[in-house]
Amino acid sequence: MTSRLKSRHKRLILLAGALVALGIATALVLSAFRKNLVFFITPTQILSGDAPRDRAFRIGGMVQAGSLQRQADGVTVDFVVTDLAHSVKVHYRGILPDLFKEGKGVVAQGRLDAHREFVAEQVLAKHDENYMPPEAADALKKGAAVAAVTGTGTGKERP
Amino acid sequence: MIPELGNLALILALCLAVLQGTLPLAGSLTGNARWVALARPVAVGQALFVTFAFAVLVHAFAVNDFSVAYVAANSNTALPLVYRITATWGGHEGSLLLWVQTLALWTIAVAAFSRQLPRATVARVLAVLGLVAIGFLCFMLFTSNPFDRALPAPPDGRDLNPLLQDVGMIVHPPLLYMGYVGFSVAFAFAIAALVGGQLDAAWARWARPWTLVAWTFLTLGIFLGSFWAYYELGWGGWWFWDAVENASFMPWLVGAALIHSLAVTEKRGAFRNWTVLLAILAFSLSLLGTFLVRSGVLTSVHAFASDPRRGLFILVFLAIVIGGSLALYAWRAPTIGLGGRFALFSRESLLLVNNVLLLVAAATVLLGTLYPLFLDALGGGKISVGPPYFETVFVPLMIPVLALIAVGPAVAWKSGSLRDVAVRLRPAALLAAVLGAAAFLVLHVTPAVALGLLLAAWTLIATAQHLVRNLLHAPRGTPLVARATRQGAAWWGMVVAHAGVGIFVIGVTLVKGTETADDVSLRVGATALAGDYLFKFESLEKIRASNYVGARGTFTVTRGGERVATLYPEKRFYTVQQMPTTEAAIDRGFARDLYVSLGELTKDGTWIVRVQHKPFMGWIWAGALVIAAGGLLAAIDRRYRTRRVPAADAARAAPDIAIPVPSPSRSA
Repeated sequence: MTSRLKSRHKRLILLAGALVALGIATALVLSAFRKNLVFFITPTQILSGDAPRDRAFRIGGMVQAGSLQRQADGVTVDFVVTDLAHSVKVHYRGILPDLFKEGKGVVAQGRLDAHREFVAEQVLAKHDENYMPPEAADALKKGAAVAAVTGTGTGKERP
Repeated sequence: MIPELGNLALILALCLAVLQGTLPLAGSLTGNARWVALARPVAVGQALFVTFAFAVLVHAFAVNDFSVAYVAANSNTALPLVYRITATWGGHEGSLLLWVQTLALWTIAVAAFSRQLPRATVARVLAVLGLVAIGFLCFMLFTSNPFDRALPAPPDGRDLNPLLQDVGMIVHPPLLYMGYVGFSVAFAFAIAALVGGQLDAAWARWARPWTLVAWTFLTLGIFLGSFWAYYELGWGGWWFWDAVENASFMPWLVGAALIHSLAVTEKRGAFRNWTVLLAILAFSLSLLGTFLVRSGVLTSVHAFASDPRRGLFILVFLAIVIGGSLALYAWRAPTIGLGGRFALFSRESLLLVNNVLLLVAAATVLLGTLYPLFLDALGGGKISVGPPYFETVFVPLMIPVLALIAVGPAVAWKSGSLRDVAVRLRPAALLAAVLGAAAFLVLHVTPAVALGLLLAAWTLIATAQHLVRNLLHAPRGTPLVARATRQGAAWWGMVVAHAGVGIFVIGVTLVKGTETADDVSLRVGATALAGDYLFKFESLEKIRASNYVGARGTFTVTRGGERVATLYPEKRFYTVQQMPTTEAAIDRGFARDLYVSLGELTKDGTWIVRVQHKPFMGWIWAGALVIAAGGLLAAIDRRYRTRRVPAADAARAAPDIAIPVPSPSRSA
C-alpha cells in the first residue's frame, strides 16, 4: 500500500515538475513573443502615424530610383523607400545586400527617429534576382490601391 | 527519349510502392506468408526504379539536355560539370527526387540489414516506407515532374543560382536528406510496433542504430549548411534562426530526445509509449520541414520561386501522415504499455526531464516559425519573429539541459542516490564554478559569457570524470585496451557526444559574446581594425572564370606588427543570372577566425569592406563534428549488430515471429 502511495506521489511530483517546466517555458515564450514580434508597416502607414514609436518594425516597398546617397564616411547610405503612394527616407550604416538596387523591392528593419525618418538596423537580402520579397510586394500592392483612390502616386516610380 | 524512361521508371516505382505499402502489411495481419514475403523484393524493386530515374536526371544534367524544363531552369553549358551534376537537386523537382532517392537508399538498407528481425516486423516496416514513398512519388508525378519537357528546347539553360555553385551543394543536401528521411525508418518501426501491438527491449535494440545513424546524418547536414552559409553568404553569420534552418533543427531536437528515450526503452523497458510518440513526432517534423522549404510559403535561400499551389498537396499529405499516425497511436498505444517503474531520482527521471526540455525547446522553435505563417494565412497581417525571440527563449531552456547532461550518466538506473551523486560531482561543480568566476573576474567577460563557459566547463569536466572513473573501475592490472573496450561503443558514443556539446557551447558562447565586426570604407592601401587585428587592403585585381567575372582583393592581417595572414576576398558577377555574389575570405585558427568580405565599390573608387574577428569560431564546427562522431560511435555498438538470434531467444524476444496473427488489444 505504502509503495503504491509512494509511486503515486512520485508520479505527481514528476507531473508537477513537468507542469512547472511547461509553465516557465510558456511564460518565457509569451514574454519573448510580445517583446520581439516585428510588425510590418508600409510607408503609407508610417505617414498616417500607424508606426510603433518605441520598438523595431519592418518596412517594405521599392527603392526609389535616384534616391541612393552615400554619406562622407562611405559606409552610411540614405535612400527612399516608396510604396508608390507615399515614401519614407531610410538611413543605414553598413554593407547593402548584393541584390540591393534602385527600382527594386526591399525590406528593412529598424526604428523611426525624431525626424520620422527610418533608421535601419538591417536591410534584408534577397537570394534571387527576379524575386520580390512578399512584404515589399504587399506594400506595393496596397500603395498602388491607395494611389488609385487618392491620386497621390505620380506613376513615375512604377517599375 | 531517355528522360521518358526516367518518367516511366517513376511510374513503375509508384506501382511497386503501392504493392509495397499494402500487401505485406495486410499479409502480416492476416497471416498470409506469401504477401509478407513480397515485402523485400518489391521494396528493393521500387528503390531500384527510383534510383534509375535519379540517374536519368543526373544524366540529363551532365549532357545539357535543355529540352527537359527542369534542366533548362537550373543549369547552363558554362557551368562546370560537378555543379551541373549537383544542380540535379538545385531546384524544387530535383530536391523531391533526391528525397525519394534517399528514401530508396534507406529502404534498401532496411531490406538488407533486417535479416535478424521477425518477418512480420520487416514486412510492416517496409510497408510503411512504401506508403511514404507513394505520397512523394504522387507529389512528384502529379505536381512537380522533373522530366517534363519544354519543347522546343532553349539553346542554353538559365544557370544554377550562383550561391549554390559551391562544394557545399555537393554534400549539404544529400546529408541533410539522409537525416530527414532517415527518421522515416524510426517512424516505420514505431508504426510497425503500434500495428503489432508489441514493443519491447528487442524492438528498441533494432530501432536504436537506425535512429542514431539518421540523427548523425542530420547533425552533419545541419552543420554543413551552417558552415556553408558562414562563408558563402559573405556576412559571417552562421545561424540565422531562418525558418528553413528551424525546419531542420526541430527534427534534430526531437531526434535527440528520441535517442535518449530509446536508450531507456532498451535498457529498462520504460518510456515505451513516449518513444513511439517521439518517433512519430520526429518524422512528422521532418515532413513539416520538407513542406516549409518546398511549398514556397517561406522566403529564403532555399525557396527559389517555388509554386505555392504545391503546398496544398504536401499539406494534405502531412495531415494524412501525422493525423493518421497519431490516431493509430491513440488507438494502439495502450497495448504497448508503459514499461518499468523508476524512482523519483533515477537516470530514467533525469532522461525524462531531458526529453521534456528538448521537446519544449522544439515547440518554442515551432511556434516562432509557424506563427507568422498562420497569422498571414488568416489575414492577420505580416509579422516576423527574428533571432531575438529565439535567443531569449532557447538559451534559458538549454541551461538546465546543460546542467543535467553531466548529471545523468552519474545516476543509477531505476533508483539513484542523490547524496552519492552530489559527493561524486562536487569537485567538477567547484572547478567549473571557479573557471566561470575566473573568466568573469580576470578576463572581464560579460556575465552571460561567464555562465556559458561555466556550463561548458561543467559538461566537459563531469564527462571527463565519468570517463576516467569508468576506465579506473576495473581489477588491478587490466590493460588499458581491455578497460576501454569493457564499455560498449554506445557508452563511448555518449561520452564523445556530450563532450562535443561542451566544445560547441564554448564556441557559441565566445563567438556570440566577444566577436567584433566593422563595416568600413577602404581604398587600396588603407587599413581597418577588428579586435586587435589590423587588416590592410594591399591590392585589387580583375578575375574571370567560365561563368563569372569579378574582382579579387588582397588583404594582409597583422597583429602587433606581426604578419598573421593574407586573405583574398572576391566580388563576383555571374553573367547568366546577372547576379553579384560576395565570396568572403577566412583565416581559420584554433582560437579565432579572421574574416573579410568585399561589399560594394562606390562611385569614388573606395570599397565597403567588412572585417571581423571571431574568437573560437572553429570550436562551433569542432563541437558539431564531435557530436556527430558520438552518434556514429553509438550506432556501431556490437549489441545492435545483426546476428541471427538463437531460436529460443528469438521466440522470447519477438513472439510474433512465427504466426503473424493480429494481436488482441490487451487493455493496460
